[in-house]
Parts: sequence; C-alpha cells; structure tokens
Amino acid sequence: MIVEIGHYALVLALALALAGGTLPFWGALRGDVRLMAVASTTAVAQFLLVALSFAVLTYAYVVSDFSVQNVVENSHSLKPLLYKVSGVWGNHEGSMLLWVLILVLFGALVAMFSENLPLKLKALVLSVQSWISAAFLLFVLIASNPFLRLDPAPLQGRDLNPLLQDVGLAIHPPLLYLGYVGCSISFAFAIAALIDGRIDAAWARWVRPWTLTAWCFLTLGIAMGSYWAYYELGWGGWWFWDPVENASFMPWLAATALLHSAIVMEKREALKIWTILLAILTFSLSLLGTFLVRSGVLTSVHAFATDPTRGIFILCILCVFIGGAFSLFAARAGSLGQGGLFAPISREGALVLNNLLLTAACATVFVGTLYPLALEALTGEKISVGAPFFDMTFGPMMVPLLIAVPFGPFLAWKRGDIVAAGQRLLFAFGAAMTVVVIGLALMGTPSALALFGIALAVWLMVGALSEIGFRTKLGRVSLAESWRRGAGLPRSAWGTTVAHFGIGVTVLGIIASTAWNSETILTLKPGETVTVGSRVLTMDGFVPISGGTYTGTSVRFTVREGGNVVATMEPEKRLYSVQNMPTTEAAIKTFGFSQLYVSLGDISADGSTVVRVYWKTLVALIWLGALVMTAGGVLSLSDRRLRVGAPKPARRSVPLPAE
Amino acid sequence: MRRLMLMLGLILSALPAFAVQPGEILKDPALEARARALSVELRCLVCQSQSIDDSDATIAHDLRVLVRERLQAGDSDEAVKAFLVDRYGEYVLLRPRLTWHTIVLWGAPPALLLVGGVLAFGLFRRRRATAATELTQDEQARVEALLAREE
Repeated sequence: MIVEIGHYALVLALALALAGGTLPFWGALRGDVRLMAVASTTAVAQFLLVALSFAVLTYAYVVSDFSVQNVVENSHSLKPLLYKVSGVWGNHEGSMLLWVLILVLFGALVAMFSENLPLKLKALVLSVQSWISAAFLLFVLIASNPFLRLDPAPLQGRDLNPLLQDVGLAIHPPLLYLGYVGCSISFAFAIAALIDGRIDAAWARWVRPWTLTAWCFLTLGIAMGSYWAYYELGWGGWWFWDPVENASFMPWLAATALLHSAIVMEKREALKIWTILLAILTFSLSLLGTFLVRSGVLTSVHAFATDPTRGIFILCILCVFIGGAFSLFAARAGSLGQGGLFAPISREGALVLNNLLLTAACATVFVGTLYPLALEALTGEKISVGAPFFDMTFGPMMVPLLIAVPFGPFLAWKRGDIVAAGQRLLFAFGAAMTVVVIGLALMGTPSALALFGIALAVWLMVGALSEIGFRTKLGRVSLAESWRRGAGLPRSAWGTTVAHFGIGVTVLGIIASTAWNSETILTLKPGETVTVGSRVLTMDGFVPISGGTYTGTSVRFTVREGGNVVATMEPEKRLYSVQNMPTTEAAIKTFGFSQLYVSLGDISADGSTVVRVYWKTLVALIWLGALVMTAGGVLSLSDRRLRVGAPKPARRSVPLPAE
Repeated sequence: MRRLMLMLGLILSALPAFAVQPGEILKDPALEARARALSVELRCLVCQSQSIDDSDATIAHDLRVLVRERLQAGDSDEAVKAFLVDRYGEYVLLRPRLTWHTIVLWGAPPALLLVGGVLAFGLFRRRRATAATELTQDEQARVEALLAREE
C-alpha cells in the first residue's frame, strides 16, 4: 500500500508538471496574472509529491520490502542501513527518481526564493522547468519505474554491487546530480529570456547564483568521484578520461565558462548572445551526460541497439529540448542586441579568452568522448580514445588558460593595461621562478615539465593572492588598515581569489603526485619489510574480517620511520558472497598532504602476498584544491549583490545603442 | 542481472584493478620502463577504458607479457604497437593513429580553437570599427546641448 502511494504521487506530480508547464506559459503570453501565479504553486507541489515518492522508495529499501522488484535487484536485508539508503540511487530506476527529485527541488527553490523576479519571467522560467520535469517523470513512469511489484516476492534480495557499497558512492551521485540538474535553472532562464525577447544585466544577476550553486555541487561531485576511484580501484589513479567521467566534466567546463561570461553580462551587458548560448549548452551537456550514462550506449553501440527503449526515450527528450532550444536561439538571438564596447586587453577581453579556451577544451572532450561511438555507428570501425589523446589535446589548452588566470582580475573593464597588470604580478612571477631555482638546486634536474608545472601552480596561487594584496595595499599601509580594507572588499572578490587559489592547489597536487610518485610491486611474506623513501613497512600478518554481506582478509602493516612506529595500515581483500564478487580495499595514510597507499594482490597458500605500495607526493592537494574552489564559489554566493532578495538595480531606461 | 552487469560495466570495468604483477617485471630497468610506457598506451580490450597497465584482467596480463616479450626480442616501440594492431586492430591503441578515419578527431581541437579565435578576433575588430566612428559636428552639438540640460 505504501509503495502504491509513492507510485501514485509520481503520477500526480506528472499531471501537475503538465499543468505547470502550460497554464503559466499561456498566462505569460496573454499577460494573465492569475494564470502566471499558478507556476509557483505547481512547482512547490511537484517537489512535495516527488519527495513523498522518493521517501516511499527509501522506506521500501530500509524495511527490505522484497515485493518491490527494484529493492530485490539492488538490496539485501543484511546490508548496513547506510547502504540500504544509498542503494536507492545506486541503480538505474532509483537514480532517475533522484534526478527528478533534484530537478523539482530546484524548481521549488526558484518558486520560493525569487520574489523580486518579474512575474512574467518567473512564470516562464518555471514553465520551462515543468516541461523538463514532465518529460523525465514520464520517462520514470514508462521506462524505469522503481515501484513495480514482484509476485511472489522472494525471501532475499540480490544485494547491491559491492563497489557501490561505499560512503563515497553514497554521497557522490546526489552531489553530482545537484550540479548536473542545477544547470537546468540557467537553461530555463535562457529559454525564458529568448521567449520573452528581452535580456539585460539584471537577468545575469538572477542567473548567476543558480549557476554558481550548480557549479559548486558539480565541483564537489567530480572531486568526490575522483577520490572514490582513487581509493577504491586499488592502483592509485584518480582520473581516467573515462566517458562517464567526461560526461560530468563537460558540463563543469561549460558551467565554468558560463560563470565567467555571466560576469561580463552583468557588469557590462556584453556577450549577451554568447551567455545565452552557454546556458543552453551547459544543460544540453548535462542531458547528454545523463543519456551517455543511462542508455548503455557507452559499453558498446551494439549493447545499446539490443535494448534501446530507455536510450531512445532519453535521446528523444534530448532532441526535443536541445533541438527546441537551439531553434529558439537561432530565431531570437539576433534580436537581443549587443552590449558595451571593450578593447581586447581588458577584463572583458580576459574573460573572452577564458571562455574561448574553456569552450574549446570542452569541445575537445566532447569530440574525444563521442568520436569512437560515431565512428563505430557510421563505419563499424572500432577505435579507442583514451588518456594519451586527452593529455595531448586537452593539456596544451589548459596551459595558456592557467597562465592567464592571474591577469584577469588585474585588468580594468573596457580597456586594461597589461603592463601595469604584469608589474603587479611581478611578485607572483618571482615566487614561481624562485621555486624553479630551488627545485633545480635540490633535485638536480627532474623533468622540465614537472618543474614548469610546479612553477605554474605557484604562479596561480601567489597570483591569486596578489590581487587581494594589491587591493588591500598590503605592505604599503599599516596592517590594520590593510585588514580594514580587506574586510571591506566585496565577498565576490574574495571568492574569485579563493577559487583561483584553489586551481593552483589542484595543479600542484596533480604535478607533484605525477612527478614524485614511487611505486613498488613485490611479493611479501609475514615478517618481511619493504622500504619506501624514509619509511619502512613491515608485514605483520593476516586478520580475518567480515561485515554486512562480505567476508575477507586484511593484512596488517606497521609503518616505521627512523625506528619509530608512525602508523599501521590494513589493506583488505573482500569477497561479497551474494554477488560472488571479490574487491580490494586499499589502505591509505596521509602524511602532510602526501599519501602512502597500500593495496593487495593475490594471496598464496604459503602466505606470500602480492603487495603494491605507492608514495604519492602532495596527492591530497588535488581534492583539497577542489574544496578550496568550492569554498570560493560559496564565498561569492554569499556576496550581498547576489543574495536572493537583494534590491535589484534600477533598470536602465534607454538601452545602449548597438551599432 | 543484465542490467546489473551493464551498470557495472558503466561505472568501471568489472573487477578491482590490480595491474602489473611482480613476476612480470623485467630485469633490465630501461626495458621495463619502456614496457610500462607502452602499456599505458594500450587498451585492456575487455575493460571499459583502462590501459593494460591498470587492469588485472587476464587479457591485460597476457598483453603485458607479450609486450615485454617483443621488447626483449629487440622490437622498437612502434614495432610492438604495429604487432598488436595487426592482431587486435586499432581498438587496442588508446591514442588513435592519425589516419583518414581519425582526421576529424585529431583535427577538431586545433580547428575549434582556431575558429573560436577568429570569431573572438572578429568581435573586437567589429567593435573597434564601431567605436572609431566619430560623431558628426551636428551630433556633437546635440550631445553637448543635452549634457548642458542635464546639469
């Protein structure tokens, strides 16, 4: 009965989505205030209904209701509670329901927290949002319904894929979806602006917090996924250029570009058409990602062809929304008009460069991800596009972008002075060069590329701080005065600095962990030792382990440095009995920002065990940098100017003449 | 179950990776380094997108051993790749070779950058042309009149 309530709530949400997509839209076109007001009500009601339905599915998982097919296929009564709950979205049907839940959550947030949005714009935005949720609710109900019953009900479930029984995987999908789906808001705003035929700086101001929110979640989600791969896969890699990763990385690149172009639009009313296009592209890439991951097209074009229902359904949604959006864009973009003028060397110019490189990089990832699929579908030829391709193409595009990052904030709007900007960055440049010299002196000549990378990271970090240093006149006035100035700076300025600093941190982690990475592969027996740098690991012996639905063995290592015990590590090998699937759990110890990483291979009958030991210098900075970037985003989000409810600026009565 | 397998394949290739085994490592460190560098560029044929260096699948093990055998026999890196492509097709290479099949793939990134650059450049040129248009005397007079009235 409870399960049917969830099912019914979902149908009801679909009906409301249809109503919320048509009535306010009709009202907006006719100028009917009462019809437009329906938008907020339906948006909030949709959220409540889908939330109820999601709660019901979660309940079915928690109580292990094996009369529900979805629960049988993905759960087990002995599974720990956390993984029972995370199992709700650890499968296709449940994760699509989570997708829809987050979609309607964002709709409800827009409905509740944008009182100062013009009624017409709000009605249009929420209508577009309702169309999207109607399409996906239909998809869930028709092609991936999690509420289907099973009769007779089996006594036990088939358990969740062991690799998904992990804290990282419990929070990774919700974070990623908050990012993915959050992009729908800027898409809805873009479509509404195109329908309305009007767009201005205020529009950019309304869109930016939503984009920034989505971007923060996307950053966290991707970082989380990367860290999960790092500790779960057992060989220390953290990014694979796997199509699934690329599917989340493309919207991130586009959203990053969008964040920056929206600044230009907000401050200078320039790049309007481009910003609208980026907003459409970003969500299109999110939809594409959903299609790639959910349709099965990635495993092979043929696997897709044998069971195409779901894939084709999502493909249709994709075509309707992306095709429709681009048609509308083509028809209306010309009427939006141009904005303020600016010279190539200016803040705008720097942001155009940022957009150019980010978009080209995003397109490169797009081509690299989809080319093998297209080629196989068209010619039957199978090729692989892997990490070496992306290293060769994506990498070189990032270098000029990263070099340019510190310059951006130092350039004035309209017309900037690159020489003056360079002078203000002399300290950062000096710091980068000092690191190179120290590096050469300390380590002889490591690879030139590594040294360049480290210098680039320092340039980014010090360059980001230089901006705040300059604006607070650090060193030129008293510290108290600098402090006062710093406190008076807008939060968004701090946000920029922190986020740009974060990029430097991540770059440092990437370069250091790649260049100063040691790997030891050997066979050990209990009592034997292995030396990694200044640390000695002793294999003490085996410990049987068991928990939830697995049993296994862990190997206990003692780590000594200069004779003193500094850590013990216990990498594991598990066997999940229900799915008969072995997994390895690496043991990781963090020293400073560097990590010692131990994982197990085959264990022979005589106790000799294949062991892999890695030392990864500064590797934790990769993910710490992502956290810092997110913190920058959050800081910027808390800026008074962007706070939802902040008084909107007086609309310029006479628009700037275009040409 | 099929759905489960599919998902599994999607999230990562089936088993936890545990690549190079101690027994595989060559005595000659230079040769071993070349083998590792080559392995990174070769695809584990049954995996989602792992190189044979990262994968513990049986085929990856076989390929790693094969690569080392060829290297010990004195093959150049290119010869080893060619040998594997002969056996398994272009699919085995993670960095596709430049052929007419892949010309779009390799050409796209620079082409896109170039087109984007030209478009951005055009943006500035057009704008500069606009900015350079000076006011006629008549317009100048009107502007001044308007400004005077504002004050």
